[in-house]
Amino acid sequence: MSQLSNRQTWLTLLKRDLRIAARRRSDALNPLLFLLMVVTLFPLGIGPGPDILARIAPGIIWVAALLASLLGLERLFRDDFQDGTLEQLCLLPQPLAFTVTAKMMAHWLLSGLPLVILSPVLALLLSLPLQGWWALALTLFLGTPALSALGAIGAALTLQVQRGSSLVSLILIPLFIPLLIFATAAVENASMGLAVHGQLAILAAISVLTVTLAPLAVAAGIRMSVN
Amino acid sequence: MWRWLHPYAKPEATYNLLQKLLPWFVALTLVTLITGVIWGLAFAPGDYQQGDSYRIIFLHVPAAIFSMGAYMGMAIMGGIALIWQIKTAEWAIPAIAPVGAALTVVALLTGAIWGKPMWGTWWVWDARLTSELILLFLYVGVMALYFAFDDARTGAKAAAILSLVGVINLPIIHFSVEWWNTLHQGATITKFERPSIAASMLIPLLICLAGFAFLTVSLVMMRLKNEILRHELHRPWAQQRLEQD
Repeated sequence: MSQLSNRQTWLTLLKRDLRIAARRRSDALNPLLFLLMVVTLFPLGIGPGPDILARIAPGIIWVAALLASLLGLERLFRDDFQDGTLEQLCLLPQPLAFTVTAKMMAHWLLSGLPLVILSPVLALLLSLPLQGWWALALTLFLGTPALSALGAIGAALTLQVQRGSSLVSLILIPLFIPLLIFATAAVENASMGLAVHGQLAILAAISVLTVTLAPLAVAAGIRMSVN
Repeated sequence: MWRWLHPYAKPEATYNLLQKLLPWFVALTLVTLITGVIWGLAFAPGDYQQGDSYRIIFLHVPAAIFSMGAYMGMAIMGGIALIWQIKTAEWAIPAIAPVGAALTVVALLTGAIWGKPMWGTWWVWDARLTSELILLFLYVGVMALYFAFDDARTGAKAAAILSLVGVINLPIIHFSVEWWNTLHQGATITKFERPSIAASMLIPLLICLAGFAFLTVSLVMMRLKNEILRHELHRPWAQQRLEQD
């Protein structure tokens, strides 16, 4: 049997995760619907005035996105842990920290990217000025990879914990704070017509840092759980 | 150094060392803390702007500093536990976390009490206050994760990984929050600049700092002793030790 190259392994894992998700569409869809509903709640709770909604739109959308990203984390490793796939991943000749990036990528494609695509609708609902739309989409595009990476750490650490979803939120929410700060600042600046390059650069830097370092923590967490 | 450190990978040796050192640390804590607090609260001069209410600095600043120091210590122990698989370092995590969390709460409470007369409010969303609150959340996360597992070793490993992730994130969180909003007075003592505080106030503050350092270490030592005994209960030496005490 010939051995798969690194690239082949990575792509196979990615395709496998995407195929599983395609067969159970509701898993990927539910967090998005949750996000849409949470965003709908705010005009109902605060009042429909476009001024105040536009003022708080970046915060609402990003907080809702953070919460929605917590929802889908269970499915990231749980099923693979229970049916033994994770054990097989540990046994691969490729390092675990490398193979989990494929799973993180699949998770981002299914949770982060749809958010970016959905963001104009959210901006429209909260009457965000037109200049803010691009900034919102860009912050989501640059920030969601970090959400997937940090989320993978939380999911890996709580694999053995029964009903760990509330624990995952407890662990992850403090780690999400820098993303929230810079993303909302960027969108606010953009809707006032100011420059946003600085905030976007920092968001990108945070994403690069977390995406490079998180796989190590994720791999350590999985090894600890698989044992 | 390794030859010197190696025996302490054995829980019994660490326990004996802690047993020997603990009375000294407790004595040092009592001496420095009592001197520092009495000097600070009763004899140091009042502030020309803040009057007597500044005196809470003698509790607030040391608690705040060692709430962060304890997290650092916990992360270092986490690193040691993960890299060298030393059990005592694993047990140090649950020993340190509650002490650090308590210091964080003390810093937040004394800060609120100080903030009321000075800023006119118990709480403002200022950078340092927010960082300290987030630090408390990080401690809570580590403790919740540790206690979520049935198997203590797995729990300790998970908590170790999380504390390392947290220690990488802490500076990022700190500077992002600082950038977000700042109202707090600048740091009073820094290493590199001349302190912006009169010597008559600085000396008791430094004594209080030493007092809190010894207090933190003593509390952690006591908790670590208990953790060691709890995990080693099935071994003869631990049972012997229990009968002696």
